[in-house]
Amino acid sequence: MKLIREFTKGITIDNPTFGLVLGLCPTLAVSTSVVNAVGMGLAATFVLLGSNTIISSLRRFIPERIRLPAFIVIIATFVTISEMILKAYFPALDKALGIFVPLIVVNCIILARAEAFASKNPVLPSVFDALGMGAGFTLALTSIAFIRELLGSGSIAGLITLKRFEPVTMFILAPGALLTLGLLIGLTNLLRIRKGKLALKKGGCCK
Amino acid sequence: MDISRIFAIAISMVFINNFILSKFLGLCPFLGVSKESKSALSMGFAVIFVMTSSALITWLIYDFVLLPFNMGYLRTIVFILVIASFVQFIEMVIRKSSPPLYKALGIYLPLITTNCAVLGVTILNVDNFFPGSSALPGSFVYSIFQAFFAGVGFMLALILMSGIRERLELADVPESLQGIPIAFVVASLMSLAFMGFSGFKF
Repeated sequence: MKLIREFTKGITIDNPTFGLVLGLCPTLAVSTSVVNAVGMGLAATFVLLGSNTIISSLRRFIPERIRLPAFIVIIATFVTISEMILKAYFPALDKALGIFVPLIVVNCIILARAEAFASKNPVLPSVFDALGMGAGFTLALTSIAFIRELLGSGSIAGLITLKRFEPVTMFILAPGALLTLGLLIGLTNLLRIRKGKLALKKGGCCK
Repeated sequence: MDISRIFAIAISMVFINNFILSKFLGLCPFLGVSKESKSALSMGFAVIFVMTSSALITWLIYDFVLLPFNMGYLRTIVFILVIASFVQFIEMVIRKSSPPLYKALGIYLPLITTNCAVLGVTILNVDNFFPGSSALPGSFVYSIFQAFFAGVGFMLALILMSGIRERLELADVPESLQGIPIAFVVASLMSLAFMGFSGFKF
């Protein structure tokens, strides 16, 4: 039961994008189409799963003072693995994601989960935490990408192309990403206020 | 090496491919440190300094260590470690040698380590200037200039944003849009303005 809660919190209250506002750079940059968004989400989930598992099983052996460099090396190893897998089996996706695949290393969701969760909890909860956070990140990314792709190139998840719709090109370019994310965070804030909770004022990796 | 190439790099990095407003690199400090102009200026200088020197170090490491030993695939691990330890080292040096400078820049240095703009520019340098398995002629200078002007573009966006956000404090924003959401909407409008530069062709 507790494990299920570790999983669902990543999708709902502690959603990395809309709840914690972490990892914004890849969120904005690769959400131009649903395919890219799912690819990025899965790659980040893979890295998160690997790093959370290793870090939580090594948590008694990593000295407190050098924990951040140790975490970064573990994360970077998994990023390199996913970079090689993408290059070997999905070259088109690798090209579309470009520089943001190696940059998963500095995605603050992963370091934040290592620091806040995996280094303090046993392996099994850490695995579920990683899966939940990864799923939450993938869902958030996909929902942004769905809106941007629909408005910006007039297609639904790359499958159906709308015929009588003039695409608003701005939405697949940089300004559309910022506008969509800003308004979506505003919408989640509105729902929070309706439910009587405090609106999200702060967030991001640098607090 | 020619001057016109450097000029093209400068215009491209500052305006056309501005790191924040068109490439989405370094958004966290962009939202976190853009509340007042003074800290935005200090952060900007710190980022320019770290980016330029990281580009220098990583070029040397890539060209003289990773490439000869055929270990290009290790670049992500090596670069992030080098940048993190370099930033730590600079922080220690500044704290010992110049307390006023430490007071102005020091607190921003740890934030820069996990800033994707710094790792981003070093990886971009490798992608741009090492086609195949050897460096382009003059790429050492080009990559340093590319990093420097990317930092200048970062600072420009940060300072413009901080000016707007200082005024935004006085504006009457709906409750659900206060804080981060309205900052994103403002950034979107700025980025729309910067799209005008994408018509430049060299």
